[in-house]
Amino acid sequence: MSGASTYVPKNPVLRWFESRLPIVGLVHSSFVVFPNPRNLNYFWTFGGILAFMLVCQIVTGVVLAMHYTPEATLAFASVEHIMRDVNYGWMLRYIHANGASMFFIAVYIHIARGMYYGSYKAPREVLWILGLIIFLLMMATAFMGYVLPWGQMSFWGAKVITSLFSAIPVVGDSITIWLWGGYSVGNATLNRFFSLHYLMPFMIAGVVGLHIWALHVPGSNNPVGVEVKSKKDTLPFHPYFTVKDGLALSCFMVFFAYFVFFIPNYLGHSDNYIEANPLVTPAHIVPEWYFLPYYAMLRAVPSKLGGVCALFGSILLLAFMPWLDTSRIRSSNFRPVYRVFLFIFFADVICLGYVGSQEPIGLFIPASEILTAWYFIHLLIITPALGFFETPRQLPASITEAVLGPRAVGGSGAFAAARTAASPSVDG
Amino acid sequence: MSTATANHGQDPAGGVTRRDMLFIATGAVGAVGIGTVAWPLLSQMSPDASTLALSSTEIDISKIEVGQIVTVKWRGNPVFVRHRTPKEIKEAEDTPLADLKDPQTDAQRVQKPEWLVVIGICTHLGCVPLGHDGPYDGWRCPCHGSVYDVSGRIRSGPAPLNLAVPTYSFLTDTKVKIG
Repeated sequence: MSGASTYVPKNPVLRWFESRLPIVGLVHSSFVVFPNPRNLNYFWTFGGILAFMLVCQIVTGVVLAMHYTPEATLAFASVEHIMRDVNYGWMLRYIHANGASMFFIAVYIHIARGMYYGSYKAPREVLWILGLIIFLLMMATAFMGYVLPWGQMSFWGAKVITSLFSAIPVVGDSITIWLWGGYSVGNATLNRFFSLHYLMPFMIAGVVGLHIWALHVPGSNNPVGVEVKSKKDTLPFHPYFTVKDGLALSCFMVFFAYFVFFIPNYLGHSDNYIEANPLVTPAHIVPEWYFLPYYAMLRAVPSKLGGVCALFGSILLLAFMPWLDTSRIRSSNFRPVYRVFLFIFFADVICLGYVGSQEPIGLFIPASEILTAWYFIHLLIITPALGFFETPRQLPASITEAVLGPRAVGGSGAFAAARTAASPSVDG
Repeated sequence: MSTATANHGQDPAGGVTRRDMLFIATGAVGAVGIGTVAWPLLSQMSPDASTLALSSTEIDISKIEVGQIVTVKWRGNPVFVRHRTPKEIKEAEDTPLADLKDPQTDAQRVQKPEWLVVIGICTHLGCVPLGHDGPYDGWRCPCHGSVYDVSGRIRSGPAPLNLAVPTYSFLTDTKVKIG
């Protein structure tokens, strides 16, 4: 993926194979000798963690599908059967259910890192948009997966989210009935959600391939946001980044395992251990935690179509980040004002999540309105405007200088000259 | 003909050749083929024959006391049958249309004033509202706080429309057919 491979296997059988299908060379050039900026911090390990989580979800999911029954009268009991009777079924289900949450924790950190370090800026716009497509597919997959246990939250979550489509003028109701395959969420809905829940991870895997391909064209961004200028600025993927990714992944798995083995239901909702009942809505419907900020935005707008537009618009706008952010400086470390606003934005999203978890009464209503408004103000007004008004800090001349200091690069005079010469092309 | 063969089927004068004909014919068959296969693939997701067959339900209303709301299931959804009190009927009939988000008189929503039959699905996002609740003692949706009056009309909250009135008829004084 990083151009022609120079890989020549020593083993004659492998050489015979490589001349017919150069796949080992592809892996070698992409994940062994691939040059990464030498200053990547631990926030850059979440890509690897996400790849691991995708594999983890597919493996546990395929196994769970061997024991699960996608039929409305049997689904709930079959999940309990997995929990009580199937060998290690409890563990596999808890890994899969908590794995979804871990997947979202990792993806939110990954997206926040991209926003903080300006990883969406040229020439990485397509990479960023592919990432958002993966995020959308993940949301669809997680939503459909949550319906499968056929508990009360499953059912009513499905009802509320599919009803979003009924907000579309004129054809909304027909689309909703078509999605349900009936006049309400029912067996037909459960069955098709199971089919699509099984399909979508493989679509995600396909887009992940494109995402890595698009990443390996310009290479990774880095914490100072200055492009790689010489070989000195990089280190080969293996062993430097395989070990860094490996260490981060191990720590992440300890965190993951704590949830699976000690607090497996902490992120779930107890109402989902009550079988779905189409005639009774639970007193307080909440989606899974990773959808709460969007749920808060949906409720904040006092009009059905408006709320749905706010929900989808909030994600769609992120795709325009490369063009909404008018600054030529990538890393927020060199943008003193934007950095503050970005932290306020992150706090805004976390607060939206909290508001989304609460009943829409009292002060939570104006709070959700202000927080939703700020989300859009930040993306549509502050982000474009700051690019014009903000004075960025001086960028280092190169990644090596940022890591080792100016003296390692050359004398102070040479450094100053290099810096002056380098700064215009820094974000090209 | 020999000139055309040398040009791989292209007419040097720019006229229509056999290759143009094949190209258009293949494209047309392909487009029609995709269309005819796409339709069944989309249509299979619509409600099937067995779902459509369950399109009506009959209920006995003689046991429903004045003031009581009974929930029955119709096409997988709850339907509220409310035996309204004289006070509730008066409230519903006296509501000025200017106060309503989705203006409808009570008479447009009932066949007999004592009996209100509405689909028990909040028109916001599909939750089941709770009866005898909210400031109008009609219904209140637990999900996003929409409030309906004793005629099932939306009074406040995010829902855009009144609770839908299904097609129904009184078969006898005590028997109602919904659907």
